[in-house]
Amino acid sequence: MEYLRAFVVGGLICVIGQILIDKTNLTPARILVCFVTLGAILTAIGVYEPIVKFGGAGATVPLPGFGYTLAKGAMKAVDEMGVLGAFTGGVRAAAGGITAAVVFGYLAAVLFNPKMKR
Amino acid sequence: MDVKQQKLNKEYQEYVQRKMPKSYLLRDCVLAFLVGGTICTIGQAVSNFGKSYFNLNTEEASAFTAIVMIFIGALLTGLGVYDDIGKYGGAGSVVPITGFANSIVSPAMEFKKEGYVFGVGSKLFSIAGPVLVYGISTSVLVGLIYFFVK
Repeated sequence: MEYLRAFVVGGLICVIGQILIDKTNLTPARILVCFVTLGAILTAIGVYEPIVKFGGAGATVPLPGFGYTLAKGAMKAVDEMGVLGAFTGGVRAAAGGITAAVVFGYLAAVLFNPKMKR
Repeated sequence: MDVKQQKLNKEYQEYVQRKMPKSYLLRDCVLAFLVGGTICTIGQAVSNFGKSYFNLNTEEASAFTAIVMIFIGALLTGLGVYDDIGKYGGAGSVVPITGFANSIVSPAMEFKKEGYVFGVGSKLFSIAGPVLVYGISTSVLVGLIYFFVK
C-alpha cells in the first residue's frame, strides 16, 4: 500500500509538471524553480505536510519535496533557536541533498563524456 | 474591421490550427505519471531500506533517500541512460530529484571542454543555482514569517 501511495502521489505531481510544460511556456528549468518554491510555500501554510504523511517518498522525492525539506527545516530551527534559525535551518535540513548534488554531480561530469546524439 | 477582413482572419486561424503540431497531452501525462510514479516508488524502497537497515528516523531517511536518488540520477545521466528515460518520461523524469541531478550533470558534462572551473564548476549550477537561490530564499522568508507569526 505504501508503495502504491508513493507511486500515485509522485505520479500526480509529475502530471502537474507535464501539463505545465505542454500548456504553458515554462521550460523544465523554470518548472524546477517553481516547484521548489511552491513546495516551500505549501509547507509554510500547512498543506504539504499531510501530502507527505500520505504519499511518503511520492511527496518527498519530487522537487516540491526539496522545498518542503527547506521550509520545514527553517521553521523547526526557528522553534529551537529563534530568528537565527530562519537562516540556518533550511540549508541544514537539506545539506545532505545539496552536498550529494554537488559531489556526485561533479564526479559524474568529470568521469563521463556526453554520448553522441543518435 | 470589415467583413472580408474578418473572414480572412478566421480562415487564417483555422489554417494555423490545422498546421499546428497536435499536442499529445494525454499520452504525455500518462507517461509522466508512470515514469514519475516509478521513480518515487524506488525512492520509497530506498527510504524503507534506510529505516530498516540503518535504523534511520523519518528525517534521516528522507536525507538518505535524497542522497541515494541523486547518486542514481547523476550516474544514469553520466551513462547516457537518463536522457533516454527523459525522452519518454517528460516531466516524469524532470520533476523527481533524479531530474535535478540530471540538470546538474548534463550541462557540466557538455561544457567540460571549457575547463574544470568555468566549464564543469560553473555549469553544474546553471539550473541548480536558480533552484537553490529561490528555494533557500523562500525558506528564509518562511522562517522569518513563522518567527513573527507564531
